[in-house]
Amino acid sequence: MDRRAGGGETIMATSEVVHAHAGPQGFIRKYIFSLDHKVIGIQYFFLALTAVWVGMFLSLLMRIHLIWPQVNLPIVGHIQPETYLSLLTMHGTIMVFFVLTTAPQGGFGNYFLPIQIGAPDMAFPVLNMLSFWTTFVAFVVMLAAFFVTGGAPLHGWTGYPPLSAVQSTGPGEGLGADLWITSIAIFCAASLMGALNFITTTLDLRAKGMTLMRMPLTVWSWFITAILGLLAFGVLLSAGILLLMDRNLGTSFFVPVIVVNGQLMGHKGGSPLLWQHLFWFFGHPEVYIAILPGMGVTSQILSTFARKPIFGYRAMVYAMLGIGFLGFMVWGHHMFMSGMSPYSAFAFSLLTMAIGVPSAIKTFNWLGTLYKGRIRFYTPMLFAVGFVSLFVSGGLSGPFLAQPTLDIPLHDTYFVVGHFHLIMGVAAIFGIFAATYYWFPKMFGRMMNEGLGKAHFWLTFIGTYAIFMPMHYLGMAGHPRRYSQLTEVAYLHNLIPLQTFMTYAAFITIGAQFIFVINLFWSMLKGPKAADNPWDATTVEWTTATPPPHDNFGGQTPVIHNGPYEYGVPGAARDFVMQTDPAVGAAH
Amino acid sequence: MSTLAPNFAVKDPKARDAGGGAPPSFGGGGDGNGGGGNGAFNYGERLRRARLGLVLGLTAVIMLFVGFTSALLVRKGLPSFDAQTNTYSRDWVPINLPWVLLFVNTAVLLVSSLTMEFARRAITRKAALAPVKSIPGVSLGDERGFPWLGTTVILGMGFLAGQLLVWRILHEHRFFVNTGPSSSFAYLLFATHAVHLAGGVIALMYAAAASWMLHKPIEAQRIVVDIAAWYWHFMALLWIYIVVLLMIVR
Repeated sequence: MDRRAGGGETIMATSEVVHAHAGPQGFIRKYIFSLDHKVIGIQYFFLALTAVWVGMFLSLLMRIHLIWPQVNLPIVGHIQPETYLSLLTMHGTIMVFFVLTTAPQGGFGNYFLPIQIGAPDMAFPVLNMLSFWTTFVAFVVMLAAFFVTGGAPLHGWTGYPPLSAVQSTGPGEGLGADLWITSIAIFCAASLMGALNFITTTLDLRAKGMTLMRMPLTVWSWFITAILGLLAFGVLLSAGILLLMDRNLGTSFFVPVIVVNGQLMGHKGGSPLLWQHLFWFFGHPEVYIAILPGMGVTSQILSTFARKPIFGYRAMVYAMLGIGFLGFMVWGHHMFMSGMSPYSAFAFSLLTMAIGVPSAIKTFNWLGTLYKGRIRFYTPMLFAVGFVSLFVSGGLSGPFLAQPTLDIPLHDTYFVVGHFHLIMGVAAIFGIFAATYYWFPKMFGRMMNEGLGKAHFWLTFIGTYAIFMPMHYLGMAGHPRRYSQLTEVAYLHNLIPLQTFMTYAAFITIGAQFIFVINLFWSMLKGPKAADNPWDATTVEWTTATPPPHDNFGGQTPVIHNGPYEYGVPGAARDFVMQTDPAVGAAH
Repeated sequence: MSTLAPNFAVKDPKARDAGGGAPPSFGGGGDGNGGGGNGAFNYGERLRRARLGLVLGLTAVIMLFVGFTSALLVRKGLPSFDAQTNTYSRDWVPINLPWVLLFVNTAVLLVSSLTMEFARRAITRKAALAPVKSIPGVSLGDERGFPWLGTTVILGMGFLAGQLLVWRILHEHRFFVNTGPSSSFAYLLFATHAVHLAGGVIALMYAAAASWMLHKPIEAQRIVVDIAAWYWHFMALLWIYIVVLLMIVR
């Protein structure tokens, strides 16, 4: 029998008994408009799962169109160049907002932050519920853009004016673009509600003994991410409101004098660069909003499965704080092409390079954690190691692009597409996969299938590298981004075989995701029952029942005595000591 | 070595059932030294938590206005291309705001902030005296105080009505939202502030409803009024910021 499976015991070291609280019984209050952070976390998870399939389907259409531009697809038909731009816009937007921002923070953060700090729920459960349903409405509004006259917008996920600010610039720039901006604005409101809840919960609801420096690195990552969200989404909201006014009220915040289709528009004096400044003040922290939770969960998993304390816990915390802080000072590196002063560019370049320092600290600490560890290669560990690999591969091209002299020739090429997909897209997705395989037993009470998990990992790991690594070579060969047809441009002909290879790699990688979904749903229904602590982990969520009761701890308040990564402690009966274990805590 | 502890299930007090799903509050917080509540319905902790949440929420509002302010300052300095003359010029025409009416509105809002503070202090006193009042045979005399909350709601609505009047005057002077960047920003800042203040009016109405209709405990009412009050004070400060900004950058 798999020793990870089985009934298991509820190991608790508590000093107090509080009022156990039965959850609501009605279907609506229990599963739809639930106030329970665990249910809300699962709702976010499935929303992100739906969104990632939509986003992935759009990317598949793009890849097919790139190598077979004349093909007539079922339902979709022949993809026009403007349709390609709509696919690109919606793919980017859905993936960034509704997957990379939603799953790690809204999903796993919601479910596990309160449990890991020993709290019964989020600080404001009603606000938490509102946050999820507001995100849901934002997603519906975003999808509605596909179905209105003119279809979805063309302006890319960055929504650069004047394309995005004038309704007549393209078929998707009418109602579709209005819905896009409205959806983003609604999403901002939802994220702000979530952020203030996460911060208040972390500061105010920690159990006795859960000092800041005893918090798991996952909690730190959600906490810092929430701070970034709180400061960044308000600015994006302000930009979105100004953009809506330019589009619908005739103002000129972002639009200069402009002639569209031979017609002089009524705008004058606005600046498209003003939008870029406001957008990227949000946009760069957004990169860290997507990746920081992945860093947290990777640290958690590497330590657990290497059976070693995390190397340099405090350095990891300070590195995350450093990344978050510097993240607000580097937005200009997205705008080296805008004709900014070389002095400004130099400052942004230097600050961007500085982010390499905390990033390197994290990478070396992860490697230090693995060094001489007694590694258990379960699926979560594979994805966590995969995260480190992708973080390094995707991150190393960052210092290239941080230099204006290199960024200017590379900026509008596939080099940038390869860079941000590896670091922000795939690495963050690997963090989400690692979290899913790691916490699935606690969330659903059953184990996922290891064989299917490993097959999923290897196909996805090799597949994503096969898709995104060649993009760097394409970029260096001068292949521009956002071109819908390669066959029309003579100098791109030699690069078509590489594009074809990437499309086949995309087929295989997307096919591998079916393995994940089958494993997910099959394991939910038929997987072997999970023990309360199947990974021999130390943090508080593994002390409670599987799945956790409505109030998380069955009427008991955990008391924390130890740090979060006490593995291989000399003199301990097992090779790990739980955070709630009083015996070793007395010795510290 | 871990210990095995039994799971106790103590029936929850009725007050907790109101939410239909909210889990119990069992203290916590602190940096490992405090925390660990006693399982009672701790209003002091809830008030502190709500205030922290409010501060964070207002931080987001500040960032919204930081975005607007930086856009205003940048936009004011931008030259505009004139397609007719093929030249660049400044298109920032100073907006002629009805300052007298704006100062009257400001005074109304500041007075409402004062009445809101009286309402907050009144309910704080009432909550503090509630345990004394519950002692049999103890009377606190006539408890009907001045309706500060209702007065604040009326003053808040008065401010919003005054703002509508400002809009009408601007329209009469042919300053529309798209007339020029200065009027665009004036409308934007007024409207965004008004939306936030309208949210405050709704919160105050909820506080009043909590008091008269929902029969919430006095401590719960106090939390709603306290949070609404600090939010209201912030709105007054924000309004002063907007007025000063528009005075400097017209």
